[in-house]
Formats: sequence, structure tokens, C-alpha cells
Amino acid sequence: MNKNYFEILRAGINSTFQDLGRNNLYHIGIPFSGAMDNRNYLLANKLTGNDNNNPVIEFAYQGPHLKYHGNAINVAITGDVSFKIKKGNNLIDGECYQSFILENNDELDIISTNKSVYGYLAISGQFDLKLQWSSCSTNIKAKIGSNNGEKLSVNQKINIKEINQNLVNKKLNYINTKIENIRVLKGTNFDYFSEESKKLFFGNEFKVSKLSDRMGMRLEGKKIENIVDTNIRSEGLIKGVIQVPADGNPIIMLSDHGTIGGYPKIGVVISADYDKLVQLTPGSTIKFQEIDLNSAETLFKLYDLETQNLISQI
Amino acid sequence: MIKNISNLGDAALYCDFGNEITKEINTQVIRYFKTIQKKNIEGVNNLTPSYNKLIISFDLKKINFNKLKKIIDDIEIIKSDSIQNKKFEIPICCEKEFSLDIKRLEEKLKMKEEKIYESFFKKEFFCYMTGFIAGMPFLGDLDENLRAKRLDTPRVKVPKGSIGLTEQFANIYTFESPGGWNIIGNTPLNIFDSSKENEPNLINPGDLVTFKRITKENYQNYHE
Repeated sequence: MNKNYFEILRAGINSTFQDLGRNNLYHIGIPFSGAMDNRNYLLANKLTGNDNNNPVIEFAYQGPHLKYHGNAINVAITGDVSFKIKKGNNLIDGECYQSFILENNDELDIISTNKSVYGYLAISGQFDLKLQWSSCSTNIKAKIGSNNGEKLSVNQKINIKEINQNLVNKKLNYINTKIENIRVLKGTNFDYFSEESKKLFFGNEFKVSKLSDRMGMRLEGKKIENIVDTNIRSEGLIKGVIQVPADGNPIIMLSDHGTIGGYPKIGVVISADYDKLVQLTPGSTIKFQEIDLNSAETLFKLYDLETQNLISQI
Repeated sequence: MIKNISNLGDAALYCDFGNEITKEINTQVIRYFKTIQKKNIEGVNNLTPSYNKLIISFDLKKINFNKLKKIIDDIEIIKSDSIQNKKFEIPICCEKEFSLDIKRLEEKLKMKEEKIYESFFKKEFFCYMTGFIAGMPFLGDLDENLRAKRLDTPRVKVPKGSIGLTEQFANIYTFESPGGWNIIGNTPLNIFDSSKENEPNLINPGDLVTFKRITKENYQNYHE
């Protein structure tokens, strides 16, 4: 029926449809979701000539290997990603932040993200998706979003309902920078922790654990000691909240987080550092730096200006 | 009333209604929640009411903490009793295969199984909040003698439909999820339906809930 589609030869580790996410559903237990790295998501859409809430494919570590069937289409990949394009017998090394054309029977093999977690694949057109609460964003734990709330699987078809006629190649000179210092505002339960542990929290290095996904990032390091109560009455959470359960290892809430939690909140990652935070791979070290609300707001303005500036360069 | 408003990170207001958990305080939280929801304040993108807190998340591109705090400080709360309480009777089956922690509870509470169920089934519960996972209702209050702590090690998978108890609350796992509550039964009723976008949750804050014990046969035939 659909004449333009991708055939999935390999699905990758966690490839899902994402957009800007869903608003106003926390109160019924549905998180924000959406692309983890907002800047790279926006850049992918601009490189393929789309508006900023157009669904893309987000992949983690190893991405999908796709075979394209249909009329010529423009595609762009953002993040720090190694990939290859196969045209007939030619195997071409792909470049991020540069759109390219795929024609019938071409293959796109997204091999892996490099020292980062998430990458984005956007097309000059629209995937044929069923939205839920006006968003395609897939939350595989809650089975919400396009593709029946599931990640992409092998042999599946990804149908494309519309292709933009204007196939202009676009390019951006941009390199993702990495940060180890994550800036944090004190949490509402900061005083639940011993003086020594408060110092330790802002002084010591933590290691990102393997048990990290779109819901949360678990950290390992010196245990943080609670001197009041290891449980609080369950209350709302937002992305970026750092909770410390009884075992003393911090957990950072990420985009698919549970909407309510009962562990004390030691801190909250500032909005300006969220895109960089989610790209930290298991085994990386992370250090928290205390900051005040005014500075956090200014840093976000700067970060957002920088993103807008990059978008306008495309 | 809100006792204190502080910031939770740079993109949320943390409204504290005090430390107590009572229906009266929770009703206040729900009134604020409904009033703010109706106001459609530019930049506000999520509201999370809980027992005695309300978190207001916002888009930092559109508004900031101080500006929004001023709006919330000055807000007039809808006082009328326009909050409608719906009543539900939830069927649950307590056969062995569903009541995963009843033996553990007998030990923890030093009570016989029959007494635990007797006390549980005669209660009318009040829904304080929904969340953690989509649609999960937090229902209170259990009688003092039924209050137990969470499992020492949470289960990796709690089956969909499980009814759990912890401290003064009961909840219902709307889908399979990790969790540490003491499981005493299972309902065949669908508590969360994502295909109903306008009202995916069966039970909402303020609603009243009782439970009815059903046989395994009734459980199995429930959807026929």
C-alpha cells in the first residue's frame, strides 16, 4: 500500500520514535518522554527541512540498519554517530549534521554512537504514525506512543506517508562537546543528608552505572548518608531530579521517569545541562557543581540562544 | 492552604501544604490543581498533585520561577464543592496465585489472613493521587492494624492488576512494573486505558473506592 518505506534489517538496541514529548499528563502518571537530547533532535529536523515537532527515530548505542524503498528522500543524522550508506556496490562513510539523499534500494547502516548514548535520524517528510496525546513519543515501559508503544524490531516496515518535494542538501559545522561537570540546584530534601555527605555530593566523582536507560541514570560512588529518613511521602518528580534511596547511590530521573517517587531529593540538574547529561555513557565519570537559581536561568537562556543560533545557520 | 513555595530545579514550583496527610489537606491540593489547570497559565506544562504537595512544571523559555510564583501566590481558589467524587467497586480475586504477599503480611501484622481481608474489604477508600506508573491510584486510609512497610527488596515485576498495601495506602498496578508493595490480590478490571485519551484513568483523585471479593471463576470469566 505504502510505496515509500524503510525495511528494518537490524533494529538496534533501543530505537524509538520521538518528538517534543507530551505535556499536562503528569497528574495521571504519564511522563514527558520525547527526544532525550533536545538540541540534536531539533537540528536533525532542521537539516531535513521540517518544523520542530516532526517525529524522528532516536537510537541508543547501536542504531538500526535500514533498507530504503521508494522515491528519493533526504535524510540527516545528528549526534556523534558512525554510519554507512550503501548505494549499489558503493559503501560510503556517513557524516553527521549533513543531509543526504537515499534512493530506492539504498541502505543506511547506523553502526554506533561514539562515546555518547543517543543519536537521531530525521527524514524530509513524515513517518506514517499513530499519535497518542498528540505525540509519537514512545515510552516502552508504559507501552505508550507510536509503534504500539514498542521499540523498532527487525523485519518491520517503517512507512512514510509524505515526502517533501524540495530535496536540498543542508549542512552544519558542529561538534558535540562533552561535559563532566553537571550543574545542580539543591533539592527539597538536601538537609536529609549528613554534612560530610553534602560535601561529598558536590566534591566527589560518581560513575554512571550500566543500569541506566530513558527512565533514569543510576550512579555509583561513595555512599551518601541519610540522617533523617530514607523515605519521604510520595510526591511528584520532574526530569533532572536526583533521588537518593536507602542504598546511598544517587539516581537521576530522565525523560521517561515515574511521575511520583518516595526517595529524598538531594538535587536537580539544571535545564541547561540536561542534553549533555543524557549523553554520558555507562562508566563515564560525573561531578556535581552547586549553582544558584539565577545563574541556572541565565545559563539556560544562553544554551537556548546557542541552539537557536545553530538552527539559524542551517 | 499552601504553606510554602520553593523551587524544584529551575523549571518547577514545589508547593508544600505541610507534612500531614489527611483528606482535607489532599482536597486542598486537588482544588489548587483544578484551579490552576483551568487557568491555562502560559508556560505551565505539567501539574503533579500528591498527598500534600503540588508540583507545577513550566517551560523555562516562557516563564520563570519568580514570575510564576507571583501568579500562584495571588491565585483565587475555586472554593465551591464542584469537585465530583465518583464511586467505584473494584472486583478482586485473592486466590493464592494472586495474593503474593499475604503470608508475609500475616507475619508482619501478626494477624490472620481472614482478619486482614475482613478489615480491608469493609473499608471505603479515598483516592489521594494517581501516578508513578500511568493511572496507578494511591488509596487511603487503611486501618492502623493493616499498616506494613514495603518489601525489603522490591519485585522486578509486579503483575498487572495487582492490589498492593504499604503504610496507610492501597494501590493498583495498572500494568506490569517493578514495585515493592505487599500484594494481596488481583483485579481483572482495566484501571488504565491509553486508547481513551480524554479519560484514560478509571479512578481519579477525589474518587471513592471499595473492593469486592470475587471467586477465581468470576475472575476468569470477567471479560466474557
